[in-house]
Order: sequence, then C-alpha cells, then structure tokens
Amino acid sequence: MIWLGIDTANTPLSVAIVKDGVLLVEENSGMAINHSLRAMPAIEELLTKAELKPSDIDAIAVSEGPGSYTGVRIGVTIAKTLAWTLDKPLVGISSLRALAMDALFFDGLICPIVDARRGNVYAGVYRYDNGKLISIYEDGHYSLEDIMKFLEQDDNQVLFVGKDTVMHEGEISERLGQQAVIAPLHFNLPRASALIHAAIQSEQESDVHTFVPQYRRIAEAEANWLKGQGKDKSRE
Amino acid sequence: MKKDMYILGIETSCDETAASIVKNGTEIISNVVASQIVSQKRFGGVVPEIASRHHVEQITLVIEEALLDAGMKPADLDAVAVTEGPGLVGALLIGINAAKAFAFANSLPIIGVHHIAGHIYANELMQRMEFPLLALIVSGGHTELVLMGAHGSFKLIGETRDDAAGEAYDKVARVLGLPYPGGPEIDKLAAGSDAEIKFPRAWLEPGSYDFSFSGLKSSVINYKHNLDQRGEEINPAHVAAGFQASVVEVLTTKALRAAKEYNVKQVIAAGGVAANRGLRASLEKAFQEKGIPFYVPPISLCTDNAAMIAAAGSAMFTEGVRGTLAMNGKPGMPLISWNTEK
Repeated sequence: MIWLGIDTANTPLSVAIVKDGVLLVEENSGMAINHSLRAMPAIEELLTKAELKPSDIDAIAVSEGPGSYTGVRIGVTIAKTLAWTLDKPLVGISSLRALAMDALFFDGLICPIVDARRGNVYAGVYRYDNGKLISIYEDGHYSLEDIMKFLEQDDNQVLFVGKDTVMHEGEISERLGQQAVIAPLHFNLPRASALIHAAIQSEQESDVHTFVPQYRRIAEAEANWLKGQGKDKSRE
Repeated sequence: MKKDMYILGIETSCDETAASIVKNGTEIISNVVASQIVSQKRFGGVVPEIASRHHVEQITLVIEEALLDAGMKPADLDAVAVTEGPGLVGALLIGINAAKAFAFANSLPIIGVHHIAGHIYANELMQRMEFPLLALIVSGGHTELVLMGAHGSFKLIGETRDDAAGEAYDKVARVLGLPYPGGPEIDKLAAGSDAEIKFPRAWLEPGSYDFSFSGLKSSVINYKHNLDQRGEEINPAHVAAGFQASVVEVLTTKALRAAKEYNVKQVIAAGGVAANRGLRASLEKAFQEKGIPFYVPPISLCTDNAAMIAAAGSAMFTEGVRGTLAMNGKPGMPLISWNTEK
C-alpha cells in the first residue's frame, strides 16, 4: 500500500511517500516559496527518489486546512486531481490535527496554532487518549483571547505547536504561565507522514469530486452579503 | 498519414471553470463551461476569493465531463494546455495545479497559454487565420489591437490607457442600475432605443491606436448627476445607446485605420465584448465596405472558454513550446510571441 501525503495549507511545504507502513521519503520546508512553484516538482522528485511511478500510488492524504486560502487550495487541487485521474481514494486531514500529531507522548493538551492576522488564529485543542488524537475544542478561526479563555479553565499543561506560536509567545506565557509549554523547533512544521498516519487511522474516504478545503471561515464578500440579507452566519 | 493531435484545454482565469478537447487545433471535440454568474451576481461583480472557491468545487467535474463528452481517455491526449495568465491569480492557480497534476499523472506535456492568445485563437476553431492579421481584443480586462505576422507572433500596436471596454460597460451599467454583467444589458437597451445621448469620443493624439474609456464613463456619470440635481429622470435606453455608440465608433474607426495601414489580409475580433451585437454589426459593416475579410467567433467562443486555450495550446505544441511542473499563475502576464522568427 503506497500513500502520497501533501500539505500546502500554510507557508511550510510537506510531501511524503509511505509504503506498507514505512516512510520512504519526505520533504519538509519552512521556506516561504509559492506552493505552485514547489509542490508538483517536489512530488515528482519524491516519486523518483522512491523509484515509483504516479500510477503506483494507492491512496492520497491531503491537508484540508484551515490555513492560507490559496495555499490550501493548491494542495487540495493537486490531491483531488491526482486521486480522480488515478482513480484512487482521497483522505482529507485537518492541517491543525497534522501539526498536533507529533506530540504523541505529551501528557496534557495540545494546541496547534496558525496565525491568521489581527490577533486571530486558526487553532484547535487536542488530547491523546490511548494513542488516538481527540479534538476537544473544534478547529476554527478564533481570536487568541477565545483560545486562552478555554485553556485557562483547564488544569492540564498545554503544548503549543506550529511555527507561528513564537508570534504569540508573549501573550501565551502571560496568560497561562507555567501551564504553557512551547514546542521545540522540530515540532513546528507539519509533516506529510503524520498526515498519512492520521489518514490510515481515520478510515474515512472522501468523495473526490466534491472534496473542498475546510476554510473554517466564510469569505469576506459572502459575510457582507449575508449581513445585507439579514442572515448573518459569519463566524467572526 | 500524420497522426491526429488532441489537446485538453483548461481555463480558470476569472469566473468560468472550463475544459475542452480540441482536435488538430481547429475542431472542437468537447467544450464544457461551468459558469459562476449566478453566484457572482450577488456581489455585482467577480469577487476573487469566491471565484477561487468555486473553481476548486468544479475543476475535476469539468475536466471529467470534457473527457466523457469526447469519449476519450487521458491516454488519447497529446498534451494539456492551461491558462497561465493574465487573470485573477488565485483563480488561475486552480486550473494550473489541476493541469499539472493531470499531466504528471498521465505522462503528458503541459503548455502555459496566454489568455488573450486564447481569445485570438478562438478564430482558428471557425476558419484558418491568414497573415498579416489584425486582432481586436475587447473584454472585461483588455482592449487591445494586436498585429500578427505569423502563427505565434504578436505585436501590440494599441491598448487601453485606463479602463478596458468591458470594465466601462460594467461601470456604466451600475450607474444605470442594470444587473451584472452589464455588457449584454446595455447592448439590449441600446438596440431598442429610439434616440441617443451624445457622449464624447476619445481619439487621443493623431495616429494613436491606444484607447481610453474612463473619460466616457465620467461623462455618463456627470450626465446622470446633472439630471439628478435638476430632479429629472434619465432615460436609461438613450444613455445606453449613446455610450455604446461612442465605444463602438472608436473601436471600429481605429481597427479600420490599423487594418489599412498594415495592409492586413484578415481582421478578427475576440473577447467577451466581441459578443456585443452593436459592435459586431458595426465592424462587419465597416470591413465589408472596404473589402477586408472580417471574422468574429460565435458568442460562446467570445466569452471565456477552454476550447480557445486548447486551440492556442495546439499551435504552441506544434512549435515545440513546453511548460514545467513549476508553472505559476501570472496575473499580469505579457503577450509574448512564441514564434520570434517572423
């Protein structure tokens, strides 16, 4: 069973190939390079390194967001097009879950964070329970304040993961003090191999044609339009 | 016998998700367009983020339908051609990344096509282009006169200095309270009008093939403003007819002068505004009088579509032009010749 994993939901790029439970090759980059320049060439290079052809791929795991609208669309478009034309299953995994995956042995809460500007973050809160990553605060677009309030009610330690954590480190330690643990640098990039592991565990195949990113946020124009219609469904 | 060539075209530069298969650069085998017009109408124009979201929803469905309609498999294709620019970058990236993934999975070459080259090559789907050729491109984003000495050779001889013709149509339509998209609405009103308000023509300096429509747009706004202040009602049909008459006269006159100066064998019109009946009639009449062959594609091939991208891609494929898997969206892509010999 050969898996291809793709994560372009935020600035980092991660692409991996797993064969029969073994990670063959992975590229992880935190460089700010446009994903359209790098994602497909990386997939081609990895398949070459793994001595595989595109048609050898048996299943695809992709980071479905939340994150950069354009970034997540690039990965999702590549993944759904490959899955459709190769006629292989596609599994979407939350970009935040992917970040939390590596904290398997942390005894407490795990809070993956992606900066969303203006004091907002894409975040969720997770906890490992018997080797399974459980979501205890739904992935979403929140003010950092909302997340802090939720975490303050809990006595457990909280591990913050994601390369944007550093941007909010001051406020986090001010609010949570010793309760907060900031992950070391090697935990802060999403790994496509973790995405694949989550996809294997989830056993939930997506419908390829209708698969779309989980933006976790309504488009601004749509929010304004809904307001004008008197049906404000914005998550703001 | 030479083998037939089949190119898959993909277009997502604005608010149409489109895929098409074209045989030998001239014959449409399938042509699928998923329009977002119903969704975008709510906003009175194309919202880039909404356009990108719709493209992701539609892209694989549209490509699959193009293959099913043609009764073809990916292995029957010779290459994938996709709009590389210009356009909305987030929208372009959906078509480009789908094209790259599809081409990679099926071991096909990929070709990045300029959107305007596509509009010009829509004509190859109707009749053979003959050179030298003058192309008048008029759309929501472009107003250009392009001289072609041969396939793949483009020389820009005139362009708009401010608004594109289609942009002016949309803005004036908004002033008149007409729904989006404004072009067809103004065209309809103008056709049924019994009189027209006289608006200025922007000829610019003598000999120039450039265009300007922002002054005309301002005159329409001022006209309405003056009547509003006097408490008088405007007659939208008269305004539409006057506005359209100014646009059509300038476009026709400049195209005609360029055709004579460069002694072209053929004049073609392309782009969404080339669907305008008033403009088509004026150009047809003017070139017929001078005995210069003039062609304009049917309306379905004037608005954004992927058959035109496949047609231009076919001409590029024949010339050996190839793109790479690192192709990026180019929102401001210039129209560069791929054939630099002529």
